[in-house]
Amino acid sequence: MAEKNEYVRQVAEQKYEHGFTTDVYTDIIPVGLTEDVVRLISQKKGEPEWMLEFRLKAFRYWQTLKQPTWAHVNVPEIDYQAISYYADPMAKKKNANLTEDGKIDPELEKTFDKLGIPLEERLALSGVAVDAIMDSVSVKTTYKDKLKEMGIIFMSIGEAIKEHPDLIKEYLGSVVPYRDNFFAALNSAVFSDGSFVYIPKGVRCPMELSSYFRINAAGTGQFERTLIIADDDSYVSYLEGCTAPMRDENQLHAAIVEIIVKDRAEVKYSTVQNWYPGDENGKGGVLNLVTKRGDLRGESSKLSWTQVETGSAITWKYPSCVLRGDNSVAEFYSVAVTNNYQEADTGTKMIHMGRNTKSTIISKGISAGHSQNSYRGLVRATSKAHGARNYSSCDSLLLGSQCGAHTFPYMDIRNNTAVVEHEATTSKISEAQLLYCNQRGISTEDAVGLIVNGYAKEVLQKLPMEFAVEAQKLLSVSLEGSVG
Amino acid sequence: MTQYIELYNEILPLLQKQSHPVLNAQREETMALFAQQGFPDKSVERYRYTDVAASFAPNYGLSLAPLTIKDVPYVYAIKDAPIDVSPYYNKVNRPNPSLPLREEVDSLTLLNTALAHDAVVIYVPKGEKAKQPIRIENTLNGEQDTMVVRRVLIIMEELAEATIFFVDHANGGSSYLTSQVIEVVAKDGAQLDMYEMEETTEKCHRYSNLYIQVGRNANIRHNGVTLSNGVTRNGIDVYLQGECSEVTLNGAVIADRKQHVDVNTLIDHQVPQCVSNELYKYVADDQAVGAFAGRILVREGAQQTISHETNNNMCASEEARIYTQPMLEIYADDVKCAHGSTVGVMDEAALFYMQQRGIPLEEARTLLKNAFISQVIDEMKWESFRDRLHILVDKRLSKEERCGSCKICK
Amino acid sequence: MLEIKNLHATVGGKEILKGVNLTINDGEIHALMGTNGAGKSTLSNVIVGNPAYEVTEGSITFDGQDLLAMSADERANAGIFMSFQMPVEIPGVSMTNFMKAAVNARRKARGEEPMKAAEFIKLMKEKRQLVEIDQKLMSRSVNEGFSGGEKKRNEIFQMAMLEPTFCILDETDSGLDVDALRIVATGFNKLRTEKTSAMVITHYQRLLDYIKPDIVHVLIDGKIVMTGGPDLAQKIEDEGFDWIKNNA
Repeated sequence: MAEKNEYVRQVAEQKYEHGFTTDVYTDIIPVGLTEDVVRLISQKKGEPEWMLEFRLKAFRYWQTLKQPTWAHVNVPEIDYQAISYYADPMAKKKNANLTEDGKIDPELEKTFDKLGIPLEERLALSGVAVDAIMDSVSVKTTYKDKLKEMGIIFMSIGEAIKEHPDLIKEYLGSVVPYRDNFFAALNSAVFSDGSFVYIPKGVRCPMELSSYFRINAAGTGQFERTLIIADDDSYVSYLEGCTAPMRDENQLHAAIVEIIVKDRAEVKYSTVQNWYPGDENGKGGVLNLVTKRGDLRGESSKLSWTQVETGSAITWKYPSCVLRGDNSVAEFYSVAVTNNYQEADTGTKMIHMGRNTKSTIISKGISAGHSQNSYRGLVRATSKAHGARNYSSCDSLLLGSQCGAHTFPYMDIRNNTAVVEHEATTSKISEAQLLYCNQRGISTEDAVGLIVNGYAKEVLQKLPMEFAVEAQKLLSVSLEGSVG
Repeated sequence: MTQYIELYNEILPLLQKQSHPVLNAQREETMALFAQQGFPDKSVERYRYTDVAASFAPNYGLSLAPLTIKDVPYVYAIKDAPIDVSPYYNKVNRPNPSLPLREEVDSLTLLNTALAHDAVVIYVPKGEKAKQPIRIENTLNGEQDTMVVRRVLIIMEELAEATIFFVDHANGGSSYLTSQVIEVVAKDGAQLDMYEMEETTEKCHRYSNLYIQVGRNANIRHNGVTLSNGVTRNGIDVYLQGECSEVTLNGAVIADRKQHVDVNTLIDHQVPQCVSNELYKYVADDQAVGAFAGRILVREGAQQTISHETNNNMCASEEARIYTQPMLEIYADDVKCAHGSTVGVMDEAALFYMQQRGIPLEEARTLLKNAFISQVIDEMKWESFRDRLHILVDKRLSKEERCGSCKICK
Repeated sequence: MLEIKNLHATVGGKEILKGVNLTINDGEIHALMGTNGAGKSTLSNVIVGNPAYEVTEGSITFDGQDLLAMSADERANAGIFMSFQMPVEIPGVSMTNFMKAAVNARRKARGEEPMKAAEFIKLMKEKRQLVEIDQKLMSRSVNEGFSGGEKKRNEIFQMAMLEPTFCILDETDSGLDVDALRIVATGFNKLRTEKTSAMVITHYQRLLDYIKPDIVHVLIDGKIVMTGGPDLAQKIEDEGFDWIKNNA
């Protein structure tokens, strides 16, 4: 046992690789949240009146709500008046981050380079278009013109509000209305930036679209908003990555992602979330409280969520699917790793409404240190969902005697033609497995990495190539030496 | 809720005069807590599938008749109990008897404690083995709509062994509301095989909470069967407090018409090296509602826990509803825990095969339902009950009249 | 007598049978051969009334009764039996209970009282010996854990129990070794009466060596394109279907 504890201690001392700050000038508005702040955000972004109205409605509703407590996490008391709701590293004041000829501040560019995110097209990984978001503002969207030729719109949501108001008016809030929950209302009031994607009818987006989120400024929150619309017979694969510097205080991240999938269209949404998880004593770290939902409106539409969650002090997110169209197919693949004092409560909701709809849930939780890792999911088949099928499998792997792994699935079945199956197991890496590896000359650390990666393989395989490699590396880093 | 507070105030003098001091000693505190909490509504996680307030809303006459206990070995009215039961009464209903009566104690258990006028004590002394199954029959009778408050305390001393069978019947067309709390203490090495069967009418509402505290090396089996009822919500909490014990929960539910059956279990592994198994099977037809929520809690330090939980459901009609919620909450790493739950349809290929052999569709469906439920029945240990239950289920599924005069139910 | 006229049938919206005409008189054995996907299994499933198949046109009568108006169990009780190509497993339903239900359903259809338990056990034993099936299998669930050969033998056992007048053997020889094939086929022959007629679906002459057909049909693309005597089967085994396709 003593040895195990030693390992746990070592894990706790793992350093967060992305914990540097970037020295650029950032325009931060004063802390606090009032109607005036909402107006100020809207004004700073030069938004039209209808957008301001949208925000104000959400803000007024948010004021009537209390932060929910049902998840299996201990969210620290958040003082919403102590957070700044807008930080702009691009602000064109003195020391502006854009150089005279309109180039991005080299400091800023270095940041994204360190993260492995190429901003300039010449550095870009082939076939990946990137929308990089630092703090609240979209820094640069690469490949925009190339995509434009195909009719694909890929830009920051701030730009889209100005350039494509009709699409925004029609779809924004149509999947996650501001009344959905506390954080959805908050986001709807103060969201700063995010990505907007529109794939026209019959178009297969030829490259992976990617956004990279980074919280840099201290004492700020990030409230990005992503809206993806896949029109009939279209296809897109979208990647999302997240990091934040090490800071002692908690940083709040309350995002909304809305996806609309029309007839026969397919969307793949992959996330590698590596926000700063806090230090070995649970100090600091990002509070990641996110609402992600896809509306499979069209018949035979398909949506697939894949997530690798290794960061954040607290993760509270349930990428969900509403299977409205007949024959629609939804998938959720997740690996969630928690270490030290991290807490994750994540899972999905599959709401079957159309006929012959199918969903699959594969969740792999890995807990180490003093962390708590929960799967929470809902599968519902409404009375109209004839022939609905669901298969869920939720496994937990425990690496240490002080962590927790929990499974809370809910199944509400109102249809006698629905077939729903759920299974879950909890296990640890067995001594026998480790001994076997050791005997073959593999160190315990490597063996753990090997076994964990094997355990998560089913999910990692679903990630696009570039992401899979990063995710695999992340898994080993966040768990290095956690079993003895 | 106010009607129950008023009722309490009204009958309190009578209760205090008639009832045993051990019961009276707990009333005030529990009633005060109940008044604070009220009936659990759907925001209370463990009651999300059953509308408690609706069941308790009508006006029932409260039955205060003292218990009649025939000459059954090991069974006593509380006044005749062979030992002082105050260390147990209203203490088993929480993870550990030393914990104070906190607000977390189920509010229906609080109400039961406040209103209990008598209690059954089953006491099996150290090392004794009850040769015959102990049978407790609850028959709901009478012209009036009645509320029954039933309270049972089972104490299995070290190495005691018993099979205990509870059966609920109802006669006539009156409405009945049963509030039941059973507290079980199974000390080191005790072996208890417990059966609860409900065969009542659609006008019966049953709210039962069963609490079991388990010592070392004990073996506990609980077998719950609901064949016919109105609204039933059965809570079962098992607290494993001694190492190397094993607990098995089996449940079979057959629900049709507007039957509502909600089973909510907690198995609390507090110590290492215990084993728990759960198997619940439901067949829901017509407009019936079946709900199952089972939480396995493995506390920090409860290493080498082995736990299996399975809930299989057959949704046999368009309007039937199934809610299932198997939960694992694990704070120890050296454990083997698994749960599975399914909601399925009848196997079309099997139905067609049987029809090809000349078996009419309805009968083929009955055969499949029967086969489905039989798998739980076969897990039950008491042979004559098992055999009888096969027949009862058969009759029940073929919609014949329910029994009433068999050896087991009598 | 089974009479099929201009039968069209679809499965999953796709037309498989495109006008089948076939008459099988009492006591006759007909072999049905044809390429994969020609519609052989569809035809047998339509005859026994599998609800997954939809008849869009045509008629089937059996001893003068309109089969298409009857449910699958009514057809079975009228004397039609199918030995399935892949018999389904029914967990939890014991063979004994299953057979009891089937036998009594048939008796009920004939206006007879259910069979007495002792009589039923005797009957089971007698038929079991006839088809050389192990008693152990009877205490198991229907087809559960049976080997391929055991499943096929179990089909013939059920046929023995139910005494049908018209049998469909749907690729009963598939997956059987020679010994098992012999046992199944001789079992079938022992059970035949003068009135028993059958439709044997197979790809191979092998089975027809044991169960000798009176008439052989070739089904291609949803239609019977050729009918002949027993020698036709041998010719197909030797030369395949191409020459028929070319003729047609």
